[in-house]
Amino acid sequence: MNINATLFGQLIMFGLFVWFCMKFIWPPLVEAMAARKKSIEEGLLAAEQGREEHAQAQQKAQELIASTKNQAKEIIDNADKQANVMIDNAKGVAVDEADKIKAHAKAELDQEVVRARNELKDQVSTLVMQGVNSVLKKEVDAKAHKDMLSKLSQSL
Amino acid sequence: MAQGELTASAYIKHHLQNLTFGQHPDGTWGIAHGAEQAKEMGFWAFHIDTLGFSFVLGALFLFIFAKAAKRATVDAPSGFQNFVESVIDFIDENVRGSFKGKNPMVAPLALTTFIWIILMNTMDLVPVDWLPYAAQLMGVEYLKVVPTTDPNATFGMALGIFLLILFFSIKEKGLGGFVGELTLHPFGKWMLPFNLFLEGVNLLAKPVSLALRLFGNMYAGEMIFILIALLPWYAQWALSLPWAIFHILIVLLQAFIFMTLVIVYMDMAHQKEH
Repeated sequence: MNINATLFGQLIMFGLFVWFCMKFIWPPLVEAMAARKKSIEEGLLAAEQGREEHAQAQQKAQELIASTKNQAKEIIDNADKQANVMIDNAKGVAVDEADKIKAHAKAELDQEVVRARNELKDQVSTLVMQGVNSVLKKEVDAKAHKDMLSKLSQSL
Repeated sequence: MAQGELTASAYIKHHLQNLTFGQHPDGTWGIAHGAEQAKEMGFWAFHIDTLGFSFVLGALFLFIFAKAAKRATVDAPSGFQNFVESVIDFIDENVRGSFKGKNPMVAPLALTTFIWIILMNTMDLVPVDWLPYAAQLMGVEYLKVVPTTDPNATFGMALGIFLLILFFSIKEKGLGGFVGELTLHPFGKWMLPFNLFLEGVNLLAKPVSLALRLFGNMYAGEMIFILIALLPWYAQWALSLPWAIFHILIVLLQAFIFMTLVIVYMDMAHQKEH
């Protein structure tokens, strides 16, 4: 346990160690830690910002979707209305046309009926005439009874 | 034991003897064989074991931390990096808490004292006979493995701290300010010699208490390990294990106290107002 020159050796060593630590160990470590701290803070801030932006974008998107939906609805409504109008118009036209066709057909039909009736009348009168002829033979004068017969056939 | 029979006091003495290199009375330089020869060498002798172990441990500390410093990046740190950085953080916090001045030297100083003293103290946990016995097999007569049980080591560090206190006191306060602090407090200029005596004792007590506290604690701990080692081999563990576990606390605590006091003394040296 003698105090001797070891003391100075230890002193010099201590000084060298502290110098080395101060020069090569402490500053880079502390700087790296500070830089990391800063980058973590920045990262957190950026994440927060990103989250906010995301929320905003989502809100915007929702608004956009809502407005688009409204627009689409309007368009569909309009189209519906227009379609209804068109259908109504078409219906009117169709009804008119149908009426026209119906009227036309009816007229034709009537004509046909008249024609058929007339024909039938003629045929009936001819038939009657033949029947009468065959029944009465001579007793009927075609000429004399023609008027009567035609009247008859007319009343059929 | 180099020679002689195995007595308890010889064993203890052997364990407490440093490997001393110095000048023999006959003028030749060499290693002392025994305590008497070491004493005869006077002041200009060196404890090779103390210097060697403290150098190796200090270099180990610097190597490990320099490696971490080289690898330090902004990216996520690895486990080893994390460990080193948590130590740095711990020291930084302590320095910030106690040291109010501005000096880039104080934190590295605190780090170096803390880790170096921990490593030197930890040598105490190596079973007391291992390294000396291994050294004996290699022909080295004496080996004291714990540098902090050598007052030269603790006083060497404390002397360094003392010089730093003087240097920064004069640098921060000026020579006049520092002398004034030593002479004009606490009783004014009419009690100047008394003030000087009080403040001088106060100033000198700082390094002396630093060195003696660390030395005393580690020396006592080492002494108890040596005494336990005198017990029969089958009974040793019952005492050495609890003492070693308790000693871990002392190892860390003494290093922490030393570091904290260094920071506080540095702070006092930087304070302008008394």
